[in-house]
Amino acid sequence: MQAPQARVRWMERVEPYLYLAPSLALLAVFTFYPIARSVYLSLFLTDPLGRPRVFVGLEHYANTLTSTFMQSMGVTLLFVLYTVPVGLLLGLVLALLAHQPIRGTRLFQLIFSSPLAVSAAIGSTIWVMLFNPVSGVINYLLGLVGIPRIHWLTDPRWALLAVGMVSIWLRLGFNFVLMLSALQNVPDELLEAAVVDGAGFWAKTRHITLPMISPTLFFAAVVGVIHAFQVFAEIEIMTAGGPSNATNTVVYRIYQVAFRQYEFGAASAQAILLFIVMVVLTYLQFRLGERRVHYQ
Amino acid sequence: MSVRNALGRLLLYIVLAAAALAIVFPLLYALSISLMPPTEVNTFPPRFLPSAPRWANYAEVARTVPVARYLLNSLLISAAVTLGQIATASLSGYAFAFMDFRGRALLFALFMSTMMVPWEVTLIPNYLTIRSLRLLNSYPGLIVPFLATAFGTFLLRQFFMQIPRELEDAARIDGCGRFRFFWSIALPLARPGLLTLGAYTFLNTWNQYLWPLLVTNTRLMRTVQIGVRFLMNEEGMQYHRIMAGVVLCLVPALLILLWGQRYLVRGMMAGGVKG
Repeated sequence: MQAPQARVRWMERVEPYLYLAPSLALLAVFTFYPIARSVYLSLFLTDPLGRPRVFVGLEHYANTLTSTFMQSMGVTLLFVLYTVPVGLLLGLVLALLAHQPIRGTRLFQLIFSSPLAVSAAIGSTIWVMLFNPVSGVINYLLGLVGIPRIHWLTDPRWALLAVGMVSIWLRLGFNFVLMLSALQNVPDELLEAAVVDGAGFWAKTRHITLPMISPTLFFAAVVGVIHAFQVFAEIEIMTAGGPSNATNTVVYRIYQVAFRQYEFGAASAQAILLFIVMVVLTYLQFRLGERRVHYQ
Repeated sequence: MSVRNALGRLLLYIVLAAAALAIVFPLLYALSISLMPPTEVNTFPPRFLPSAPRWANYAEVARTVPVARYLLNSLLISAAVTLGQIATASLSGYAFAFMDFRGRALLFALFMSTMMVPWEVTLIPNYLTIRSLRLLNSYPGLIVPFLATAFGTFLLRQFFMQIPRELEDAARIDGCGRFRFFWSIALPLARPGLLTLGAYTFLNTWNQYLWPLLVTNTRLMRTVQIGVRFLMNEEGMQYHRIMAGVVLCLVPALLILLWGQRYLVRGMMAGGVKG
């Protein structure tokens, strides 16, 4: 009688690990190991097959800090600056507009969230056509109000802005939907009480709505910065990092170094540096932002 | 209603309509171009609507580019990754939520810590792994690396946590085995969670770009996103055909958005980082 009971108890103890096993095994191969491997590779010169050949210590990191990598970091920061604040503001304004109690808001809500379904590859392809300097609609419309032709994707002064515009558009669905669901969670009684006290739309928005949704705004800002830091498809499709490196962001550079120059060690070091910069920026946002956020 | 109110409402509608037009314009314009006869594309001034819709553009792009194959690839890969993630994450999420075992806190911390790490850091070793396994240009190479995520585990754990543990105690007293409880009681109760993870994972996989770009270089293994990217090379400036391809590739994602917006939004709010 003892044996079966002992077996049951043994099964009970092993069972949880069986549930975890598939996730654990896959994460071990495709997440835990690669993280460690990236750190390891970043200390070596690698051959084109990705095997570590010569130990170079922190040389890749040192090179990176003095090379054009820093220029890419600058481009990336500029890109974050162009896209994140404007994107958040547009999302917020659209959400406020589409949250008004009038007929037809459902339709507008659907339209405003539509970029959510558009991938970066598809969006970029469409915008390459719109940006065409000769036959493109954008230059045509600008021409109607007397603005001369702009070479959006081939002029170093405009390329990053143009890619940024596309990114803002692609991200608008996400920002809008996020803000809208935050607005829908603001208790009606609170707003009604304010109206009874004589508050108009602006007063209501400034003193009640915005503080109430500030955690969502903060979340959208943190996530938006991380997202913008990792921009790739738009760059790869619309400008390939050009003209003259004006849109050569960090992730695009990592891609080039690893998969065009086959310097996997150097690229690994750059990826880890990117990670560190992202962690620091996120930490700073929490330090600076959390104080202004109103949690219930 | 006062005149002032009516005026305000009219103004609101005008602003809403203008914003809607601006946002949806690129998509409508792509649709319009996809139906234009070649002679009306690339003209100056540009035309906004075709004189008569030309459906042959779709047949033509499907003839010169294996669009159906791209769609099939993307559908297969997205469905496999979605089902796989639901399977692995529901098992591990359930274990973290409902079971006591040695090392639980440590393992959970290990899972969670990887959520911070961006995909650039794992990209290069994963590419080398897939290549050394000779899985470039194969479905497994596009699917297997994404079959388990810490995010999925975490998300489903949160849903399982909402199920009272007394329910399990009661079921077990009635002779219900552990796996049976998981399978026929906990899983159905966590349905919204499974749908959230599913909608989010499907769309994310469908829209994946860098990984399929790296691990495929044969035409027939391309996904929709890579196919669209190479349309520009293959079709030159034939925008009517390029946009026909674009529209074909856009429709499934739009359908997912229409069907599952609620779940999608919840998934993104939980996992926004990877969005």
